[in-house]
Amino acid sequence: MATVAEHSVRPRRGAELGLLAIAVLLGVGAYAIIGLTVTGEIPANTRNYSLGLAALALGSHFVLRWRAPYADPVILPVAIALNGIGLAMIYRLDLATRNNDIPDTFASRQLAWTTFGVVLACLVLVVLRDHRTLRRFTYTSMLVALGLLMLPLVPGLGTTINGARIWVRLGSQSLQPAEFAKIALAVFFAGYLVTNRETLALAGPRVLGLQLPRWRDLGPILLVWGASIAILVVQRDLGTSLLIFGLFVAMLYLATERLSWIVIGLVLFLGGAGFAAVSFSHVGARFDAWLNAFDPEVFNRAVGGSGQLVRGLFGMASGGLFGTGWGEGRPQLVPYAESDFIIPALGEELGLTGLVAILLLYLVLVQRGLRTAIGVRDGFGKLLVGGLAFAIAWQCFVVVGGVTRLIPLTGLAMPFLAYGGSALLANWVIVALLLRVSDSARRPAPSSSPPPAATPASVPTPPSVPTPEGDDENPTQVVRPGEATR
Amino acid sequence: MNTPVRRLATVVLVMFLALMVSATWVQFVQAPTLNADQRNVRTLYNEYGNARGPIVVGGESVALSEPVDDVFGYQRLYPEPEVYAPVTGFYSVVFGRTGLEREANDQLTGRADSLFWTRLQDLLTGRRPQGSAVETTILPAAQEAAYEALDGLRGAVVALDPRTGAILAMVSTPSFDPNLLAGHDTAVVNEAYRALEADEDRPMVNRAIGGDTYPPGSTFKLVTAAAAIEAGLDPDDEVFAPRELDLPLTSATVQNYGGSACDSGDTTTLKNALRISCNTAFAQIGMDLGADALRRQAEAFGFGEALRVPMRVTPSTFPSDPDAPQTAISAIGQFEVRATPMQMAMVAAAIANDGVQMQPYLVERVRTADLAVVEEASPTELRRSVSPATAEALTEMMVEVVRSGSGTAAQIGGVEVAGKTGTAQHAEGEDPHAWFTAFAPADDPQVAVAVVVERGGSLGSEATGGRVAAPIARAVLQAVIDG
Repeated sequence: MATVAEHSVRPRRGAELGLLAIAVLLGVGAYAIIGLTVTGEIPANTRNYSLGLAALALGSHFVLRWRAPYADPVILPVAIALNGIGLAMIYRLDLATRNNDIPDTFASRQLAWTTFGVVLACLVLVVLRDHRTLRRFTYTSMLVALGLLMLPLVPGLGTTINGARIWVRLGSQSLQPAEFAKIALAVFFAGYLVTNRETLALAGPRVLGLQLPRWRDLGPILLVWGASIAILVVQRDLGTSLLIFGLFVAMLYLATERLSWIVIGLVLFLGGAGFAAVSFSHVGARFDAWLNAFDPEVFNRAVGGSGQLVRGLFGMASGGLFGTGWGEGRPQLVPYAESDFIIPALGEELGLTGLVAILLLYLVLVQRGLRTAIGVRDGFGKLLVGGLAFAIAWQCFVVVGGVTRLIPLTGLAMPFLAYGGSALLANWVIVALLLRVSDSARRPAPSSSPPPAATPASVPTPPSVPTPEGDDENPTQVVRPGEATR
Repeated sequence: MNTPVRRLATVVLVMFLALMVSATWVQFVQAPTLNADQRNVRTLYNEYGNARGPIVVGGESVALSEPVDDVFGYQRLYPEPEVYAPVTGFYSVVFGRTGLEREANDQLTGRADSLFWTRLQDLLTGRRPQGSAVETTILPAAQEAAYEALDGLRGAVVALDPRTGAILAMVSTPSFDPNLLAGHDTAVVNEAYRALEADEDRPMVNRAIGGDTYPPGSTFKLVTAAAAIEAGLDPDDEVFAPRELDLPLTSATVQNYGGSACDSGDTTTLKNALRISCNTAFAQIGMDLGADALRRQAEAFGFGEALRVPMRVTPSTFPSDPDAPQTAISAIGQFEVRATPMQMAMVAAAIANDGVQMQPYLVERVRTADLAVVEEASPTELRRSVSPATAEALTEMMVEVVRSGSGTAAQIGGVEVAGKTGTAQHAEGEDPHAWFTAFAPADDPQVAVAVVVERGGSLGSEATGGRVAAPIARAVLQAVIDG
């Protein structure tokens, strides 16, 4: 256990630099290979592209050295790698649909958004010196989140694209405010729960071996449940609804350690979704397309059919174990391959092997986030990064589960990979927040932790005294007697 | 608060494991089913869009794939479409495949078992998999000679190397242009296909081996003669050969061509009977031998057996249970006797090869894109059709047919040709089919051939095998011997 203490004090920025080099190489290599396979030559701007991607990686790396030297060294390279893979696939789809003569391609726009995203992440790291500052904005965040979620409903501002009213048109760009609402909600939930966790965790009636919370404490969860069902029904956005609800239930559980919250959450959501499926045709169609995907009638249905889903499955199947290789498949046969269906596109060209590798990248990212949650000392930080990390995992689950027909298909975007500016910006902000919190998690506590060199490996560090508020916990590198035996 | 974080981490792990299982389910377990789904255009594109190997005849590609700039990526081309259509068949996005395009598809696409190591190499080196070249046994000179000699008549020619069974020519006319069906524009291809289907000449039927069988007429007398000699008759023995043969149980009679006599008296030698194609003599021999002996001999020549060359050859048939008059008519290749040109070429080839019938084959070898031979044909014996002595006797008799009998039109200067004519009635009031089957040189056979021209070709009711089919056979024999 003492090795944990030793490990956490080393900034390991050098390791990060090495990983970043690999991540950039992955993206640039894919880009070059695609050009070579599809057009027969390495794209003319490969040099500039690699320099640009390297500059983004190096820039953020130096910001970390400057502002968050103890930040987790794996998070940034993973994000860069995923973003690079996504850019390559979007470029590949541009080539396939032959709109590369038009300068304003998906790939070039996504590259611009990537730049904005990384710059925004750096700004967050520079401006936000301590994540606990965010706790002050708990209720502001709630208002911001609700406002963002309602924004698409504002006449003249919101637009309906493909049946879902989740877009806001700003000039020539359309934005998905729900992506930002996700962050604001995580901040609100973290602030609200860290204050009220004692109340929420109080025991209520016991039903079927489950310790239920007190009835009067069910208010907030019912409110969020209502909001997510409202989004499902009014905005026709199953994905966002699922995302918000999943985030809230996970954070409730983190705060209260009560399994009953998860059960209540699942029951409520499944009940609501089931009711919606029966009552609202567009939700019902989603379920129908999921359960009877291969039915010819459902497959050929023009609106709400399973054509896209099944075509995606065809693509993945044609990729098999090892894939067709970059640029060798036909991912463009699936509608929206660059956004909602980028996973089947990657599955086709990189195969099951590549897809599992990508899933592992996400898993590493999420687990580093959760590791940060364990390491950080304050309850607010724990809830915030725990929630954000889970949100990434949950989003992956909903998207990949949807396209592989594990669960009904929803309209969520794969973090970092899928085309879409709002999602990319939001996810880079999440990365910045994870990095910011991980910096304070891994930073040696100046008063309670002696320098590692002076700590003999066999002697456990004495436990620090818990703070009276209860929302700040011991750092993990300090071994508590109770934890050591787990 | 760390315990729930750890538990959440476990939940996340389970979620990702579920995703990996789900992806494996789609991309590995279900993949074959999904790839076979008819709605999966990818399978079509992969199938029709890869670098398919060429079909090669005498060093030249008669079917090849060229890169084009559309969704498929490759266009199948047939440089000499009509001549080689019976060999290549067609390769269509809409209507699938026929001919070698179908039977050698695994080799052409590179998926055959014999190409396993090549595929593995491609996988490891990252090279795009390429189909293999299928080299045929066709001799271009023979194929072209046959196509030109048929001259658009409805008919077919098959030429074999009697020593190996290699198919030297396989022509069916009128032919069609497979390029019309190989296009990528579905509407155009559909229209072309409908037009070909509606054509009453049925150009897409390969008359040489499939679809149609014809009454072999007098060419079947070779089988009857073989059965007689095997049963102990000598070519010089006298056989009963009246001007008109009464058939028992009926009022019907068998007559000779044009109602002529076969010899001065009521008998003639077996040799002479074959030379002038004497119907009454062979009808009588057939009745004497019996249907079972005839059928046994026919089966010894390959009747009743479905061959693959590798295309399927329609089995030729001998009637199952004919009575005496039916046996008599069967013995001269009428009644319900039906044969493909391939079958009759095999009869001639077996006689030419001292009585041993070789398995006919069309694919000589298969080469990968880097020219390594992965499959090579090895001639195999099908069966012994007749004894060497019988084969020799039959050869002598067939030489007489061409020297001074019904098949003089097949003579080639300086080369002894052995042949047999046939003029087959097939329907009341219809012009007869003209047949000729032959091999040459008689003392050292290099080629056996069978020709059929439907409904007498250009001569109509005046047609005989000797006048219509023999010159075509001669052209093919000459082409092989000169080549």
